Amino acid sequence: MSNHHDVLLVGGGGAGLRAAIEIAETNSHLSIAVVSKVYPMRSHTVSAEGGAAGVIRDDDSLDEHAYDTISGGDWLCDQDSVEMFVEEAPRELLRLEHSGCPWSREPDGQIAVRAFGGMKNKRTWFAADKTGFHMLHTLFQTSLKYKSVVRYDEWFVTKLLVDDGRVYGVVAIELMSGRIEAITAGAVILCTGGCGRVFPFTTNANIKNGDGMSLAYRAGAPLADMEFIQYHPTGLPFTGILITEATRAEGGYLINKNGDRYLQDYGLGKPEPKPVLRSMELGPRDRLSQAFVKEVEKGHAVDTDFGPVVHLDLRHLGEELINRKLPFVRELCLKYENIDPVTELIPVRPVVHYMMGGVHTDMNGATSLAGLYAAGEVACVSINGANRLGSNSLSEILVFGARAGRAAAEYASSHTDTSTAVLAQAADERNRLQQRFTRKRSGERIADLRDEMQKTMEQSAGIYRSGESLSQAADTLHELQDRFASVTIEDDSRTFNTERISALELAYMLDVAETIVNSALRREESRGAHQRTDFPARDDKRYLAHTLIHREPDGSCRVEYLPVTITRWPPAERIYGT
Amino acid sequence: MNDRITMQVARYLPEGDAELSYQEYEVPYPREWVVLDGLNYIKDRLDGSLSYRWSCRMGICGSCGMTVNGEPKLTCATFLADYAPGPVRIEPLQNFPVIRDLVVDTGDFMRKLTSVKPWLIREEEKPLSEGEHLQTPAELDQYKQYSMCINCMLCCAACPVYGLDSEFVGPAAIALAQRYNLDGRDQGSKLRLDVLSDHEGIWGCTFVGECSKVCPENVDPAGAIQRYKLTAAMDSLKSFLMPWRGS
Repeated sequence: MSNHHDVLLVGGGGAGLRAAIEIAETNSHLSIAVVSKVYPMRSHTVSAEGGAAGVIRDDDSLDEHAYDTISGGDWLCDQDSVEMFVEEAPRELLRLEHSGCPWSREPDGQIAVRAFGGMKNKRTWFAADKTGFHMLHTLFQTSLKYKSVVRYDEWFVTKLLVDDGRVYGVVAIELMSGRIEAITAGAVILCTGGCGRVFPFTTNANIKNGDGMSLAYRAGAPLADMEFIQYHPTGLPFTGILITEATRAEGGYLINKNGDRYLQDYGLGKPEPKPVLRSMELGPRDRLSQAFVKEVEKGHAVDTDFGPVVHLDLRHLGEELINRKLPFVRELCLKYENIDPVTELIPVRPVVHYMMGGVHTDMNGATSLAGLYAAGEVACVSINGANRLGSNSLSEILVFGARAGRAAAEYASSHTDTSTAVLAQAADERNRLQQRFTRKRSGERIADLRDEMQKTMEQSAGIYRSGESLSQAADTLHELQDRFASVTIEDDSRTFNTERISALELAYMLDVAETIVNSALRREESRGAHQRTDFPARDDKRYLAHTLIHREPDGSCRVEYLPVTITRWPPAERIYGT
Repeated sequence: MNDRITMQVARYLPEGDAELSYQEYEVPYPREWVVLDGLNYIKDRLDGSLSYRWSCRMGICGSCGMTVNGEPKLTCATFLADYAPGPVRIEPLQNFPVIRDLVVDTGDFMRKLTSVKPWLIREEEKPLSEGEHLQTPAELDQYKQYSMCINCMLCCAACPVYGLDSEFVGPAAIALAQRYNLDGRDQGSKLRLDVLSDHEGIWGCTFVGECSKVCPENVDPAGAIQRYKLTAAMDSLKSFLMPWRGS
């Protein structure tokens, strides 16, 4: 295994594999490395349920998809990126069909589409309610046929190698052996996904620690819009397991303890027996999660051992429809809640689900560092603005995975120089890690620091925030960074040492938490998923702009703003339920 | 203590240990805790040196397969309370080399999976401009079940042949081959047959059926193998009776 490749991908989920396939198909002479801390088919794309958006019906249009996305994002999306995204999404989904993805079908054999939250037309492609699973496995299995794709399975990246503003590769630990190696490349694409584990209650898998965000931030690339955290309105209590929005698209109701469809009280329309697009239960996720908090304040929620919940009612959909279109939901409810949604109500509450922000990129995935690209949830292009619409992210990983793949391949082909300085950096990194890993038993446990960080984030940077709570959180996180320096490491084996990995992941999460809190603190308005109790209105004069947060050499952060790109849809009020 | 259960966890370090040993931990087991919650409790609170894989904790990523009281299980979908009063014994998946503690080497599994060419094979690619391949719900149902495999490897851990014959490609890989063979869009079944009709392919299976019993996704690899054997037998019969039709 040579440790030099033309393009190196960090992460082997949907975005990474799509990028790998794109490069292998269009530049078969290029060597592609997929460096992932888990086997690619374990990546978190696997957990996505509901579907992937792409205009396909004759009565739909690209402009409508763009408008839904932009209004759903509370006008923080870059409209040129959105226009390109909606145009390329259907072709990408079709390409996946040609690779064998088992999309659900109409009786005549054509692709079926379903409704989704905030979307004015049916345009969400789906594979029952395991869409992410099928997309990931299709991409992974397809990637197996390309000899030019070299996998580094279960390698954990600890650092980007940067010389004079250009990225030349990474340093990574092989879990099985514990060896620490430099892997150099002409270009690097970050495809590491989100950071939900910064919070205590999340749909995100254990591996979602903001690795790529922290790597880029530490290497000098700014992160954008990190204050925008999506709470999905329907997670199962205790586990945080996602119950897909498709349940509501198929006609499910959200009801409070009085049995009322309470969303009618929050400007989301009137309750109808059948689902109405862009209305009630098919409103956007930010508004639904905010309505939940208000219901709790009114005393309309149901108290449980795991906090207040409301109920998702699927009983009227019938067993046949649930089995055909929502089998995974039934399986999850039966397994984890001992509840059968065919006859019983599902307890749900908002749960941290998705990061709208991420590494600041252009629409080719290029970051501010030469040779460094990012695609998927780790990136902020931004097509998601202040609130992502459900089913746009599975299309996003395809569209931007492919685009970043092409751009990185082109860059790597025309920049074949190498840097000797980065080899010295790699040696320094090896020393840093070895010191970090020396067994220490005097400090605090990793889990205790992690718990404290998560609690701090939930209390200060949840669905509603205030300047006061965010300032306090910034102080606490700063203190946690200091305490982390002496965290306990009990395990001194080189072989599959997951304690070391947990420590490094906590370091990533602490970085990401600081960028979230500091970005949120400075945005003195309420927009989309960022709701400030002390600044309850949207302020387009000051904040029709992306937050860019940079890391200063002393570890502090610096925030600046970048105007939003508006093409054809001037900022307006978000209207749902009409 | 009646609010705790004893977990007997297999420990193994290649640097020092000649063989696997067991370490006991007392963990809480509230009704909603799965075996994985117990392991996380150990790792977070009692012993940071325990190694195991996990990720999605919702039964879909396939990472956390282990042997629980002798049976291969996804530990994120197996409840601790079901083993009360205990003890409950946690070991690595059988039939795979152990790297450390509860972590097994999946390299061989991955090689076998790749060997069956698990991707859509077309004699001629349909241009994207011509739209999708039509596939009715009934045609989708032909292979859908086999497309549900999450690669958790429980079937291989349960299969007595997989443990004895290191060349046997195993139930998961055969089910995956069938997933493509039965997909109307695919034209690669002949190519896959070359791999699978070897002794090490399907004929290794003695139809014990354990693989289907332990599958958390109801993929029924045993059914896939039986069906494949029939196809392969017909194929070899045809080439015997009608040699001019061979490839």
